Amino acid sequence: MSGATLSNRKPETGAFYQRDLDWHPPAYTPQYKTSVLRSPQKALLSLDNTLSEITGPVFGHNILGELDNDLIHNFAKAGESAIGPRIIVHGHVLDERGRGVDGVLLEFWQANAGGRYRHRKEGYMAPLDPNFGGCGRTITDENGYYCLRTIQPGPYPWPNRANDWRPAHIHFSAFGHGFAQRLITQMYFEGDPLIWKCPIVDTIPDREAIEGLTAVLDMEATIPMDARAYKFDIVLRGRRSTLFENRREGN
Amino acid sequence: MAQSLNRLKESASQTAGPYVHIGCTPNFAEITGVYSEDLGASMVNDKTKGERITISGHVIDGADTPLKDALVEIWQADASGLYNSPAEMRGSADPNFTGWGRCPTDMTTGEFRFETIKPGRVPFKDGRLMAPHITFWIVARGINLGLSTRMYFEDEEAANAEDPVLARIEHRVRVPTLLAKKDGNGYTFDIHLQGEKETVFFDI
Ligand SMILES: [Fe+2]
Repeated sequence: MSGATLSNRKPETGAFYQRDLDWHPPAYTPQYKTSVLRSPQKALLSLDNTLSEITGPVFGHNILGELDNDLIHNFAKAGESAIGPRIIVHGHVLDERGRGVDGVLLEFWQANAGGRYRHRKEGYMAPLDPNFGGCGRTITDENGYYCLRTIQPGPYPWPNRANDWRPAHIHFSAFGHGFAQRLITQMYFEGDPLIWKCPIVDTIPDREAIEGLTAVLDMEATIPMDARAYKFDIVLRGRRSTLFENRREGN
Repeated sequence: MAQSLNRLKESASQTAGPYVHIGCTPNFAEITGVYSEDLGASMVNDKTKGERITISGHVIDGADTPLKDALVEIWQADASGLYNSPAEMRGSADPNFTGWGRCPTDMTTGEFRFETIKPGRVPFKDGRLMAPHITFWIVARGINLGLSTRMYFEDEEAANAEDPVLARIEHRVRVPTLLAKKDGNGYTFDIHLQGEKETVFFDI
């Protein structure tokens, strides 16, 4: 992390637009059983942002290693690579005003091609791939673009109802310019029939919001004889301009 | 028809799931050799100004059980009340303090722990000073949208009494859910997701 700004743009200091809590999943979603005991039941305290929410750390491109956004190779032995359908995921991180957001730290994690995570608490019978760790990260460029290379993860069963399966997905964590812009979400793949059967996807009330998490096959960006490409854009909260925001006299 | 605002909708949140550590703290998850260290693991160095404190606690569910798969992030001002952020316009924060920490809850005990410094006071929008506080963000399996809250210090009675955010809490019996308890050189701060002791969470 460094204190330097990443671009010549003047830092923005406006409050973030209020979150549309009817668009995001509610906390209590009994079809996703774990949410039942982990959901706050009392009303949230709504606040217009103060400095504590508007500000946030900066992640410099210098923290990144060369293979950080290449999950095919970042855990593999020299000369080897992860098993599975090779894909590129690329996209634009925008805010609600449609502006590209530079310097966003994106961290991603996923199961291997068989649907198995490399984690001590993972119990699925599909085998580990010795050349696949399952984590990666990148930082958006000055216009808000990013890309990564990986293998397409497999769907997997999980203990919820007796026969629940997650659609193939990649988890994304996005760290924008302010701490209140923090977001974790998941990317799904166009055409996967499991999307519409998944209780976790189903926590999202709006079909359009689910489609907004579904990456689209991008044949133009596909590298012939090598890797298919999927485009996945991410939208972070927009923020107000501070031009006409007055402070009390004397402050 | 009027013009359109042409706004996009924020990407919908999804739970961080049980394996958030793979992506955010891979070394903790025993995936080594990819990143040299986990981001947010250390907030201070030898030169950081301010009073050193440890903050530890648990994230506790509605059956009084600590979460062993949560991830907690904190964000705070430096000892003089400045944020180490490009959006900080009042001056330059201590370059030896990041202000941001990330800690997974222990897989056996559920405890999180941050080595940090006590933050200074930061002004509210109208210029009044807020009491020293630390912003928390909690994600885990079963949490569909990351939870935001603030930690204040129980031994800052005077500052807490004039804090404009704490003043917004209608049910005064709930204010103590945001107060960390002094405990030797450190503070303990338990976060209750629901029930009688439910922490005040913020929509910020
Ligand atoms: Fe997953």
